[in-house]
Amino acid sequence: MGTRAVCLGLRALAGGCRGFTSKADPQGSRRVTAELIEHLERLALVDFGSQEAVARLERAIAFADRLRAVDTDRVEPKESVLEDRCLYLRSDNVVEGNCAEELQNSHRGVKEYFVAPAGNISWPKLDEKEPFSHR
Amino acid sequence: MLGRTLREVSEALKQGLVTPTELCQRCLSLIKKTKILNAYITVSEEVALKQAEESEKRYKKGHSLGDLDGIPVAVKDNFSTAGIETTCASNMLKGYVPPYNATVVQKLLDQGALLMGKTNLDEFAMGSGSTDGIFGPVKNPWSYSKQYREKRKQKSHGENEDSHWLITGGSSGGSAAAVSAFTCFAALGSDTGGSTRNPAAHCGVVGLKPSYGLVSRHGLIPLVNSMDVPGILTRCVDDAAIVLGILAGHDPKDSTTIQDPVKPFTLPSLTDMSKLCIGIPKEYLTPELSSEVQSLWSKAANLFESEGAKVIEVSLPHTSYSIVCYHVLCTSEVASNMARFDGLEYGHRCDTDVSTEAMYAATRREGFNDVVRGRILSGNFFLLKENYENYFVKAQKVRRLIARDFVNVFNSGVDVLLTPTTLSEAVPHTEFIREDNRTRSAQDDLFTQAVNMAGLPAVSVPMALSSQGLPIGLQFIGRAFCDQQLLTVAKWFEKQVQFPVIQLQELMDDCSSIFENEKLASASLK
Repeated sequence: MGTRAVCLGLRALAGGCRGFTSKADPQGSRRVTAELIEHLERLALVDFGSQEAVARLERAIAFADRLRAVDTDRVEPKESVLEDRCLYLRSDNVVEGNCAEELQNSHRGVKEYFVAPAGNISWPKLDEKEPFSHR
Repeated sequence: MLGRTLREVSEALKQGLVTPTELCQRCLSLIKKTKILNAYITVSEEVALKQAEESEKRYKKGHSLGDLDGIPVAVKDNFSTAGIETTCASNMLKGYVPPYNATVVQKLLDQGALLMGKTNLDEFAMGSGSTDGIFGPVKNPWSYSKQYREKRKQKSHGENEDSHWLITGGSSGGSAAAVSAFTCFAALGSDTGGSTRNPAAHCGVVGLKPSYGLVSRHGLIPLVNSMDVPGILTRCVDDAAIVLGILAGHDPKDSTTIQDPVKPFTLPSLTDMSKLCIGIPKEYLTPELSSEVQSLWSKAANLFESEGAKVIEVSLPHTSYSIVCYHVLCTSEVASNMARFDGLEYGHRCDTDVSTEAMYAATRREGFNDVVRGRILSGNFFLLKENYENYFVKAQKVRRLIARDFVNVFNSGVDVLLTPTTLSEAVPHTEFIREDNRTRSAQDDLFTQAVNMAGLPAVSVPMALSSQGLPIGLQFIGRAFCDQQLLTVAKWFEKQVQFPVIQLQELMDDCSSIFENEKLASASLK
């Protein structure tokens, strides 16, 4: 398996974005609204499940807000500790495959296909999504 | 024999003083006897015995594969092992049998190691206690040690002996307990924020987190791609070095492994300490640090100084923001990595069949515990369009500042940093669960997670027992890719402090036969 010397260029983004300085922010201590809860549940496809979980998120946000105190003016984001190096991709040759055994871990399969329910039905429109306060 | 180092056992195997099958059977028997610890999720007895048989054939022919041939090892249950269930202690992957081995597992097997089983952890390696997995918590072997029990007897009488058992720390608690209780000679853990070093310190074993990029993550079920590293747990520094030598190196299947050539190495003995400079980060002296750990930390610094090393105070100015930064980056990457669990290709699948989204949602609700779900939701919050810049990118910038702090310190002539690993010794489970997982993680990862953000190598070495008879370890942090230098210093320290062996007689019935064999072994080995 040869390696193609493609430098991924994991250098920090040269975005020229100004750092977030510690000015007063209107959000301050943010409350998690019902709208936000629904939005997050939709995006994550994971439900909060209880008021306790919402409280936990609020605490997590408050904790993260401490970062505002750090002066990151003119500091570039660091995506990877290996940004100063070239990392290599494998060359685009098929050397593995026919992974029929991959199918053995799925619960629903037909011949060589994974079987999924219909994907064109939008989630929130269905009745089975109960508001968590009833759980 | 079980209390020996890897090299000694390897030598004994070569000389035929013990066979791989005997070693295997002793370890399997010990695993059964120490079942109360709940260190193992899966014990791969048949597999191990078969491997032992093959190893024996090799030894008979004189063709041993190396230092690890015939040596029992254990692997944390978030590494994929072909044909052996890999659960991550979660309902989401219960029953999942990977069709391939993680690269590090394959490397161990290629060297002839015997796979004893998969060890217990916090669900998806999220946690600092090894208490939040579906198979129950792991108990610290030191809870049953003579050293701890004797100190407890002085304090209380007639209490239920088991109700005050101690946590192992986490999330690689199962691996740490497995090594501490002599059921294997080495175990793989994972380290994202301290998950190998924390339980190592609490269980009195060596926990190594190699430099990021040195060891392949292929097959390690990912938590935080930019910080995860396979960790190594052993009973002594030399053993950790042997295992690292085997595991390190470029893997074409993991593009984040560096291409620099890596060879197995032996650790030299440090003789000239005058060239060594140890840094003590002053910001790590926090009010939460227990006085015992603080005093041992001081003692260690003095030890280096008295032997001729230069010991200086250094500053890592962004230390207080490190845990916050870690929290944001960790939850964000977790939110992304956990998206793959939707019930379709592998893992748990719910019964709902109406639509893909409903199926995914129900599957994830059923499969993940509160901790995992909480982190996914937090991560998604930080990644929202309106929050991305203020939280995620902000944290990435702070990460650069934290990494820069370390670079500045190492550039000023410091070779190795010396810090505590944990705030205190292991606490009883009843006390640990009074706070939630996120709070505990934020507290317990204090000294360890900055290292993951900077990608540096670090090792926890057990130093001494606390006044309660429990292990306390200290952490050494090295420069990136200077793992060998780091381990050399750690080895010297280990030799100086002579950390006591755990006495688990009460837990094991025929311990006398183990020790008798040890006497025989020490008579025939130099």
